[in-house]
Amino acid sequence: MTYNYPDSTGHFGIFGGIYMAETLIPAVEELSRQYLRFRDDPEFKTEFAYELKHYVGRPSPVYHAKRLSDDLGGAQIYLKREDLNHTGAHKINNAIGQALLAKRMGKKRVIAETGAGMHGVATATVAARFGMECIVYMGAEDIQRQAANVFRMKLLGATVVPVESGSRTLKDACNEAIRDWVTNVESTFYIFGTAAGPHPYPMMVRDFQCVIGNEAKVQMPEMIGRQPDAVIACVGGGSNAIGLFYPYIEEKNVQIIGVEAGGHGIASGKHAAPLTANAKVGVLHGNKVYLIQDENGQIIETHSISAGLDYPGVGPEHCLLKDQGRAQYVAINDDEALAAFDALCRFEGIIPALESSHALAHAMKIAPALGKDKVLLVNLSGRGDKDMNTVANLKGITL
Amino acid sequence: MSRIQLTFARLKQQQRKALIPFITAGDPSPQLTVPLLHALVEAGADVLELGVPFSDPMADGPTIQRASERALKHGMSLRGVLAMVAEFRTQDATTPVVLMGYGNPIEAMGWEVFAKRCAEVGVDGVLTVDFPPEESHDAFEHLQAHGIDPIFLLAPTTNDARIEQVAKLARGYVYYVSLKGVTGAGHLDLDAIAQKIPQLRQHINLPIGVGFGIRDAATALAVAKLCDGVVVGSRIVQEIENSTEQNVVANVSKLVKELRSAVDKA
Repeated sequence: MTYNYPDSTGHFGIFGGIYMAETLIPAVEELSRQYLRFRDDPEFKTEFAYELKHYVGRPSPVYHAKRLSDDLGGAQIYLKREDLNHTGAHKINNAIGQALLAKRMGKKRVIAETGAGMHGVATATVAARFGMECIVYMGAEDIQRQAANVFRMKLLGATVVPVESGSRTLKDACNEAIRDWVTNVESTFYIFGTAAGPHPYPMMVRDFQCVIGNEAKVQMPEMIGRQPDAVIACVGGGSNAIGLFYPYIEEKNVQIIGVEAGGHGIASGKHAAPLTANAKVGVLHGNKVYLIQDENGQIIETHSISAGLDYPGVGPEHCLLKDQGRAQYVAINDDEALAAFDALCRFEGIIPALESSHALAHAMKIAPALGKDKVLLVNLSGRGDKDMNTVANLKGITL
Repeated sequence: MSRIQLTFARLKQQQRKALIPFITAGDPSPQLTVPLLHALVEAGADVLELGVPFSDPMADGPTIQRASERALKHGMSLRGVLAMVAEFRTQDATTPVVLMGYGNPIEAMGWEVFAKRCAEVGVDGVLTVDFPPEESHDAFEHLQAHGIDPIFLLAPTTNDARIEQVAKLARGYVYYVSLKGVTGAGHLDLDAIAQKIPQLRQHINLPIGVGFGIRDAATALAVAKLCDGVVVGSRIVQEIENSTEQNVVANVSKLVKELRSAVDKA
């Protein structure tokens, strides 16, 4: 049987769906109708492809991290260079797609939530590019961690609203963006940043991000004459991961590995790894997913060194892929991610985002035990410029 | 007949409109919730909406967000809320109690266990803000099996097809959210409500309560004229926030009496 999700009501097996307040349901339904209408529209597809090529700078290259691989002495590590995209991460792929849809729906105001700030920067960028008003909600804690990205968004003309409620991180920024949307539902397009939330977002974000995997499927045979043995990506909400994984789902010889944020370790309870930690199924932000929560169904504060992975849930398609056994999910702790960050800087002259460093760290962990003929393709989802302050602080250096 | 049906039947006979206050369970502290519920009834409440606190109240404005945070700090949980209803019922066998909140705490307990516990402690209705009819089939089978009314929200954005869908599942009363926004927003549009209610009545035979944006006697009266019941949440929660543990029951009681006499002029 071929893999064909979500179903017509937006479910990935038991996951996904539309769990929203009544005021927003008609807006979400309208978004579905409009997306399905334009998804296969030749003019839309042409414009999206044009923007990806000329504005984002696609296709992003695949790079053989040879010195790093040699040092590890096992499998060859290849990197899908999403860090080279305009704005420095994969987030722009989705932001462009949604902005083109917003334009067709006549929406002049866009809102977004952001954790590390990369989706906020991507949204601010496309809002400037298409002449739209842009409001970005960001947890007050993350504003501290990611000051440079806040400044970038402001330079691009966006208003950045600090969110002081709850844990003051990504989940609270989501809550606040939803509150804005319910208040301004007719004028506003919510550019959601990850492959989660109410249907059609998990499907739509995946479709826009699939350019990553689609390119890789062409590039790998060109480089090595075949597909890789495994594709590896970090998973917060999981948009860069699903973008790489989805085109490989039917390639049964390719192993799929998602890497969650292990924080201080799964056993410590201070992590952001719902799949690895076997969290219970729950409902948050419009969809049913594996969710880090206490026994009373309250959402627990998560921890990760990387703001972009610091989220208690995960996209519904990853939940399904886990249950089906098609993808494997593991966790990488803060210190392992930092070690991978350092290694890529020193061996390859590439400064990765802390998020992407989690995926790289897992590849580095498994590579030594594999033969030198094995190939691991890691999605280098973003660059690390935004993380200079965080990394300097951890090393006890003041910039 | 259920307690909710009996209440609305009585009000209809008396030609009065329902006053439906909301408080968050455990706010300002767990030991004050049951006394507050009794005070609300004493002051003229017909139906009680009791908020189940949640860590991520996406449809609520700052006032009810803070109430949830206060309640959760006191260790409030869905189990605790059900125990409060049981305690309330030892002294009040007639006033309907509707639990209002988000779906995840119920998901965590399991809908079957939850529905059974609701019936045991004397909960009459359940409103889950983020569970629309499409996602609610299993949940509402359990509620109906135990005689608990599913209460639904309708909004200014709800079209005829969706009103029809809600009409099939709803029991007790429906709650019309008077404005596009979160709880506690200020911009009440009476003309828009006056236009929407007849559209709702074409499909819905249940009583219609209206909430969001009702802040004082004047707005309560104006809204009461248009529908069957007035829901007041953030304004009461604000009163709780601005009171001390010593005077909170008296202050809330005074406010609800003012609202009662305004609603009775409708």
